[in-house]
Amino acid sequence: MELLQRFAAGDLEAFETLFRGNQKQVYAWIVRIVRDSGIAEDLTVETFWRIYRSRSHFDPAGNFHAWARRIATNAALDHLRRARRETQLPEDLACSAKADPAVQRQTREQIRQAFGDLPAKYRLVATLALVEEEPYDKIADAAGISVALVKVRVFRAVRLLRKKLTSMGVEIGART
Amino acid sequence: MNQQDDKELQALLKQAIAPVKDTELPRDLWPEMLKKLDRQPARIPWFDWALAALLSVALLFFPGVIPALLYHL
Repeated sequence: MELLQRFAAGDLEAFETLFRGNQKQVYAWIVRIVRDSGIAEDLTVETFWRIYRSRSHFDPAGNFHAWARRIATNAALDHLRRARRETQLPEDLACSAKADPAVQRQTREQIRQAFGDLPAKYRLVATLALVEEEPYDKIADAAGISVALVKVRVFRAVRLLRKKLTSMGVEIGART
Repeated sequence: MNQQDDKELQALLKQAIAPVKDTELPRDLWPEMLKKLDRQPARIPWFDWALAALLSVALLFFPGVIPALLYHL
């Protein structure tokens, strides 16, 4: 019997083989979304736990890697929804127009904060599309949405980010 | 808002949040997976709960069947 068929039938050894063969790719995908190695390890195990639980729904003729990546993306998205932003906004958010390194540091911190304030579904696609520069079709496949919706979410994420940064006094287009 | 501004925003974003370079898994996670598999309690199917609820309701409305039920147990 094929490995995927044995896995779908509940064979633990087949699951172990799939786990060992795919844990690196799953971890690499998750760590780029959550940006924390410890959390990514936990979410990798959580992903495979979900995979194991859903084994009866898996079509052995299907693409295991794509299925695993989609489950990993959902696990990472659930984490982003649960996680609260750790840093607080500073009192004085105004940003000077002068280009000194301290201000640039402040600007970077403000961008991180504004980015952390984005709704999870926007942060997910913005991280993958704008920071990691993954192709839209790959993001769409992993998130289980259309390419058009990925584009819409990236657009909205940029708009929200810009709005938030403007309210913080960071002007895009006028370099700080 | 224009494409130039969007590119500048993306450049600023990448300065603030750098792409992850080290995506190498530092250790084998299979032992953690085994622990998680062991920790999970057996799941009781929903229809077992439904049967239990049905039986409770039946005993509540027809307490006379309790001795018969006990006799057959």
